[in-house]
This record gives sequence, C-alpha cells and structure tokens, in this order.
Amino acid sequence: MSNLPDATRQGVEPLDRMEPAEVVQPSRWRSIWDADVTWSFRHSPVAVIAAVVTLTMILSAIFAPWIATTNPFDPASLNLMNGFSRPGVPNAFTGESFWLGTDDQGRDVWSTILYGLRISLFVGFMAVLFALVLGVLLGLLAGYVGGWVETIIMRVADVQLTFPSILVALLIFGVARGVIPIEYRDQMAIWVLIVAIGLSDWVQFARVVRGATLVEKNKEYVQAARLIGRKPGAIMLKHILPNVLSPVLVIATISLALAIIAEATLSFLGVGAPPTQPSLGTLIRIGQDFLFSGEWWILFFPALTLLALALSVNLLGDWLRDALNPRLR
Amino acid sequence: MLAYIIRRVFQSVIVLLAVGLVAFSMFRFVGDPIENLLGQERTVQDVERLREALGLNDPFAVQYARFLGRAVTGDFGISYRQSRPVSQIIAERAPATLELAFVSGVLALTVGIGLGVFTAIRRDGWAANIIMSVSLIGVSLPTFLIGILLIYLFGVQLRWLPTFGRGDVVDLGWWTTGFLTSSGLKSLILPSITLGLFQMTLIMRLVRSEMLEVLRQDYIRFARARGLSAKSVNFRHALKNTMVPVITVTGLQLGAIIAFAIITETVFQWPGVGLLFINAVQFVDIPVMAAYLMLISVMFVMINLLVDILYVWVDPRLRIDGRHT
Amino acid sequence: MDMPVLSLRNLTVDIPTRHGTLRPVDDVSWDIAAGEILGVVGESGAGKSMTGNAVIGLLDPPAHISAGEVLLEGERIDNYTLAQMRHVRGKRIGMVFQDPLTSLNPLLTIGEQLSETILRHLDVSKSEADARAIQGLDEVGIPSARNRMGAYPHEFSGGMRQRVVIALALCAEPTLLIADEPTTALDVSVQAQIIALLKRLCRERGMAAMLVTHDMGVIAETADRVAVMYAGRLAEIGPVSQIVGQPRHPYTDGLMASTPAASAGQARLRQIPGAMPRLNRMPDGCAFHPRCPRAQDKCRVDPGPKVGTADERAACWFPIEQDEAAA
Repeated sequence: MSNLPDATRQGVEPLDRMEPAEVVQPSRWRSIWDADVTWSFRHSPVAVIAAVVTLTMILSAIFAPWIATTNPFDPASLNLMNGFSRPGVPNAFTGESFWLGTDDQGRDVWSTILYGLRISLFVGFMAVLFALVLGVLLGLLAGYVGGWVETIIMRVADVQLTFPSILVALLIFGVARGVIPIEYRDQMAIWVLIVAIGLSDWVQFARVVRGATLVEKNKEYVQAARLIGRKPGAIMLKHILPNVLSPVLVIATISLALAIIAEATLSFLGVGAPPTQPSLGTLIRIGQDFLFSGEWWILFFPALTLLALALSVNLLGDWLRDALNPRLR
Repeated sequence: MLAYIIRRVFQSVIVLLAVGLVAFSMFRFVGDPIENLLGQERTVQDVERLREALGLNDPFAVQYARFLGRAVTGDFGISYRQSRPVSQIIAERAPATLELAFVSGVLALTVGIGLGVFTAIRRDGWAANIIMSVSLIGVSLPTFLIGILLIYLFGVQLRWLPTFGRGDVVDLGWWTTGFLTSSGLKSLILPSITLGLFQMTLIMRLVRSEMLEVLRQDYIRFARARGLSAKSVNFRHALKNTMVPVITVTGLQLGAIIAFAIITETVFQWPGVGLLFINAVQFVDIPVMAAYLMLISVMFVMINLLVDILYVWVDPRLRIDGRHT
Repeated sequence: MDMPVLSLRNLTVDIPTRHGTLRPVDDVSWDIAAGEILGVVGESGAGKSMTGNAVIGLLDPPAHISAGEVLLEGERIDNYTLAQMRHVRGKRIGMVFQDPLTSLNPLLTIGEQLSETILRHLDVSKSEADARAIQGLDEVGIPSARNRMGAYPHEFSGGMRQRVVIALALCAEPTLLIADEPTTALDVSVQAQIIALLKRLCRERGMAAMLVTHDMGVIAETADRVAVMYAGRLAEIGPVSQIVGQPRHPYTDGLMASTPAASAGQARLRQIPGAMPRLNRMPDGCAFHPRCPRAQDKCRVDPGPKVGTADERAACWFPIEQDEAAA
C-alpha cells in the first residue's frame, strides 16, 4: 500500500492554463521591514521600549564626557563644600544645584552615573565578547573535530558548569589579586573583571555551538565542501558558523544582562571596579553607607540605572529568543 | 542501573581530584605561605627550616598527595588571617550558612513550583501576565540590591525586622541554631527572601516553560481526546513529565544557593561561610579560599550525583540501558 | 437505525493570521451511519485532520469553527462548553492519532492509562475497571494481557503500541471512532493487521468510523464510503467501489490513476501536474481548475455544486460520466 507520489509538488504548471503572474520584487529595505523578526519587533511595545532604553544608555555612556556636567573623578574639579547636596535643591554653601544631588565628596551624582555606566557597559560587553569568542571557537572545534578534543572540552565544560559562575569569577579574581603586585591592582581590576566574568560564561556558548555544529556537520553542503578539499578551518568559519549564529545571538543578549549584574555584584562585594574607576556596582556599595543616614539619593539613582539597564537587556533577550524560535511562529 | 551509578561515582571522583588540583595549585603558586607565616623579621635559616618542615621542597606530586590526604581528614591548614585552623573556623560558621540555605531553598522550591504550574495552566490570564512581568524584574534585580531594598524598607523605615546579623543563637554543641529564638527567626526572614528570590524566579520560569512544552505533546492531546478531566491532564500527566527535567536543574540550583549566600551574607553581615570567603578573597587568605573551594565542590558533586540517580529512578525509559539521554 | 451517528453540515474552520484568514475546512457536509466506515482521503494539507479535530473539539487556537454544525446522534456538539465536550470525548467519540509512540505517556503504565480512562467515563469500581482494561487489551490482540498491564509504553513494539492506543480510544465504548492516519507511522507488514483490527471492531460494536488517511490502498481495503477532500473542500463523496472504479471528479480520477494499486495493469503512473494550492493563495472558482484538464470558463468563476448529503456526488460542473471511462 503505497502513498501518493510526490511528483505533483514540483510546481509543474500547465502552460496554456494560466497567465504568467506579475511578480514585483520588493526592495531590500522592504524585505527587511516585512521580515518576521522585524514585524515581531514592531508589534511588541515591550521590545521597542527595551531597545530604546538600552540604546539610550549605550549612547549616554559613549558620550559621557560631553553630557556630564563635570568629570567627577578628576579631583581638581571637585569642591568638598558641595557634598551632600539634595537633588535639585541649591547647596547651602555654594549655591550650586545638582539635579540628582551630590555624594560625600561633592561629586555630581548625575556625572558619576554616566561614568559608572561607561565602566559597567564596557566590562559587560567585553566580558560577553570574550566568552562568545572563546565559547564559539571551542564549540566549533569540539563539534567538528570530535574525538578526544571534543571529550576534553566538553568534560571541562561540564565540570565548570557545576559551579555557579560567580564563584568561578571570585576565584579567578582572588588568584589574580594574589599574583598581581599591589601597585597595579586598581589599574588591572577592570581587565581582571573582564577575564573573570568571561571565563565563567563561555560554557553555554560552547555547548550550543557544538550541538549545532554536530547537526550541520552531517548536512550535504559541509560534505560537499569537504569533498572539494576545503580546509577544516575554512569550513568551520565560513560554512558552519553562519548557520549556528541565531541561538548564539540570543544567548549573547541574555549573557550581557547577566554579565552586567555579575560585574555589579563583584564590584559591590568590593572585588570589582575600584572607587577610582567605579562602575554602577561600586557606586551602590559606596552609597549603601549613606542610605541609612538619610542621604538616599547617593544609592538610589545608580541603583535605578542598573535596574533599568539590566531589565532592558533582559527584555530584549527574551523577545529575541521568542522571535527567533522557529517553533513558535 | 548499577553500572550507571558506578560510572557516575567514578566521574565524580575525577572531578574532585581536578578541583583539588586547582585548590592545591593556588596554595603553591599564589602568594608565599612562608611570608605570611613568618612575617618580616625572618632569617634565611628560618625560611629554610620552615620550608623543610612544611615539606615545600618535595616534588609536586608528593605535595599534592599530601594536600589531598590532609584535606580528606579535614585538615586545611592554618588561616593566614586568623592564625587558627581553617577547619575550626569553617565548622563554626557553617551552621549559619546551612540554616539560611535550607530556609531559602524550601521557600524557592515551594513558591517557584507553585507559581510555575499556575502560570503554565492559566497562561493567558491577567494574573499570569503580572507574575511573569514581576519575575522578569526578579531576574534583572541583582541579589544585593534586593537585600539592600529589603533592609531599607523593613529594617530602617518600618523597623519590623533586624537589619543585620543572626540574632540570638542557641548553642547545641557542635551546631548553633537560630531556629529556637524569636530574634533568630526574625533575622532569618529578610536574608532568606533575598537569597531565595533569584532561585524562585528561575524555578518558576523553568517549571512554566517545561510544562508548556509538555502540554504541547501528543500524549496530552490524546489524554484530552479521551475526555480526561483538566485536573487529571494537568497534574497526573503533565506535571509528572515536567518534573523530570525540573529536578535536574533544581538540584543544581540548590547547590548554587550555597554560593549565592556569599552575596546575601555580605549584605546582611550574616556570620556564615560566604562572608568568610569574601573576606578571604579580599585578604588573599589562601588556606580559607582553598578549603571553601574543596568543600563546595564536594557538596556540588554529591548533589549532582544524587540528582542524576534520582533522574534515572523517576524516568523508567532510562532504566533499561542506564544511559543518560 | 435511521439517524446517522455523525452529521457534518456546512462545517467551516477558519484560522485568522497576520496574512489574512485561512480556511482549511470549507463547507464540508457528510453523514456517517452506525457500523459504517467513511474514508476521508486527500493530500497532506487538504484539511482532513482539521475536520477530525473540529469534530472532537480539539482545534488549536486561533483555529475555530466559523460556520456550520456538527451533530452527534442528532445533538449539536460544536457549541458545547469545554466541560460538556470532556464528557463526549472518550465516552461517545474515540480518537486515534498517527504516532503511537508519542500518543502514550511514557511515565505511566498502560494499565494506569487504561483504568483512568474507564473510571472517568464509566461508573465502575477500580477492580472492575482493571478487568475491563484487560478485556480491552485482549480484544485488540495483545497477548497475555493481564501480565502487560504493568508495562510501560516503550516496552511495546510499534504495532502493539497502536493496538494499545486503539484499546484506549475504545475502552469507554464510544459510538464514533475518528482515526487520523492510524497506519502511516507503522511498518507495512503491521499496517494490514491494524486495518483488519479496526474493521473487525467497527463491525462487532456497530461503531461508526471516520478514517482519515492519504493512503488510497488503506481506503480501498477498509472503507464503505469515501470522501475526497481537496484544498479544504469536499471534491467527491460516494461508495468506495464507485469512487475507485468510476470517479466523477477529475481530481479523484487523477488520484486513482496515480495510485499503483488502483491502476494495476497500466504501463506508467499518471501524474497530476501542478500542486494543491496553498490556503493563502486559493484560486477563484473551483480550487482544482488550474490543474484540471477539463476546466472551462465556468470553473474559473464558480466553485462547483454542493456535495454531501444531497444526491450530487462530485463538486464539478463537468464530471466524468460513466461512458467516458477516463484513462
């Protein structure tokens, strides 16, 4: 009992039956505008707001030196008499007014937030980039080469995965601290942070990419490339990589939010960005002391900024994952 | 199934050995133990004598073995900072962390699973949407911020609950407990909510997404086609199948609570192992760091092992060949 | 019995999407009498499964019945509430799906799945439910049924699993069985056994059956009457001998000619050029006219006469008459 043959599916048109249809090729921009992903974006107010907020923050961070009223970490520009000004209220001594208030050293909170945002975003992006590159490369290698290379990489990944990333980051930081001489600690702090967070995060990229590579490896286009003698490196990068990028993108966005929070946490714990180059987390740590004595704004505004940033990136990641999920279409 | 268990135990041992290696390397290569123990006024002979006494001139493998041997008996050396045996310090502080972890774990599990099931079954209701939105904030709010906010609200403004510390504890010999005093219990509330909140939202979202996935399956469809009641479909069929992957992740999360305790203990000045660890990192107190690492690893590895065994026990499909899907 | 067990009257299912509203089932009407097996054939995407889902009320939102009625033993059930439908499903309508492996809950024994269904619909004790379950397994041909009650689905082979599924669908003794591609996922050797089983059960219980499939061979073996669906519409309906031997609708004719079993003795299988139109690109008039060798101007404009409960057998303005003897 056989099934009907599938030859009818090949679009063989009876020639004298139909007029050729008028086919209008949409312009490239139109195609992108009409694509499912863009449509989903346009129709999801949450995603749009999240994207706008994120973009605003990124731009503010980049242009901080121009937007901020002063550079709060340049000691020369500080006036201690400005300390503890309330938001929007002119200072009793100097008469200057700061719309978000000042901290104990007279630093304008608005400016500290902008510069703190810079550090937070910089560390976040770089850490994710590091994790991404490392994870994707190892994943491609593991998936494509297989054998003991794959086993080793995946075992290491598994072991690392049993530990929460914050612990891994703390350990790396602690070890670095012991190794780096005291004079350089503050300067190197940012880079140690990036490496620590990045190293604690590469595993999920590697896993996803390896899984996708295993699937792609058996497809015809890879076998064809092999047959004509292309080198493995070229195959991995030029052929397989573009096809595994979609889930990587989703993970990267969500990782960014996690990296930002991780950095804030480490800075808050005192093992992250130093007070000379504070991130939002450091600012919160500094502000905590003053919260209970009434100067709430020193903690409140950096905390609000951090929350808004993390939330927006998370929302974007969530939306991206749903939009790129083929099963939900 | 027995073969599977043996294999997993073997793997766990390998992992522990690897972690031990990392911990030991920290000892050997980071900082100088001699410097920490002898201080500034030391002579070359003192150094040499101490090196001999500590066995620092022996080959790497021998030192590693010795380190492991001592670790197994609970001897982790002397803390650089407190000049006391590390094992003693940890034993003193462990009950605080364990009690905190236990309470937050229970909280996270019950609320997380409950809300997860609810938002999966009533996925389009207004309550579900609100809960999901709030949960997103829960994931975006760093733990320390939650802690600070809670302290500010309930400790400073409302003055209902204590803002730091563990309250009065009762000494039960080798364990100190905060469960038996009212101040002890009150002190537990804010920290356990803080610690549990992240896990709670994670578990909730996981349960929800797993359950939604299960509800899409053919056997659910067939169950509905047989006219089974909603209760039966949702709980007897769907929930049971949801639990299998949830158990794995939840088990791992329980281990993570111990690590996240580091943050919560810092915010609340809770005298547990987490706060101890942070101080050790700041001070580069290697023995404490290494001990913490080893103990945490043992705990994680054991939890993972238990979860894997539980997984095989619950899902009958895996019992035949004992292989992990 | 005069009243048909199942009666579809102008049943229409719509799916609103952002590209417009799709209509996977368009104005379908037919009756199935007790003890009768109606085979519903068509290509993938012709709307056969949708129709079955609509009858038992398991359409996935946003698909919904937008027009028409479904009558079960004379009562309208398409407007039943969810609670009411739950008493219809299993008890009065049984449904079997395509893949027996995924149809069974892997974590429950088949005994548990059987008894829960029986207990749900019949007012019996637990031990009686178990006894009925064993009897049910016996009836579908599971050897040593009593011992298999505690077995899990993955411990059965494909054919056995489908028998268990059938037992589950029928354990509450429904009057109508909807079988959606029940043999497609099975080995050829097992297919015949399952088909024979279904036929026997229908005869013995006087159960009406709607057998949905794209396999003409199964239809020819099993069905009493056949409904041919094309692009969501009913193309032709009639007794199996006439549909297979003397098709009136050009599409049915093409189907028969392209099936090896039905066109035995021919040198080459004929193919129908083109493809079934997608739901969002339906042609005006008759859905089949772009591929039809007999199409005329009228076909481009007018969908075709109504088929189903009336005498008109084929939805075609120029059906093939007996004397034409196509191919």
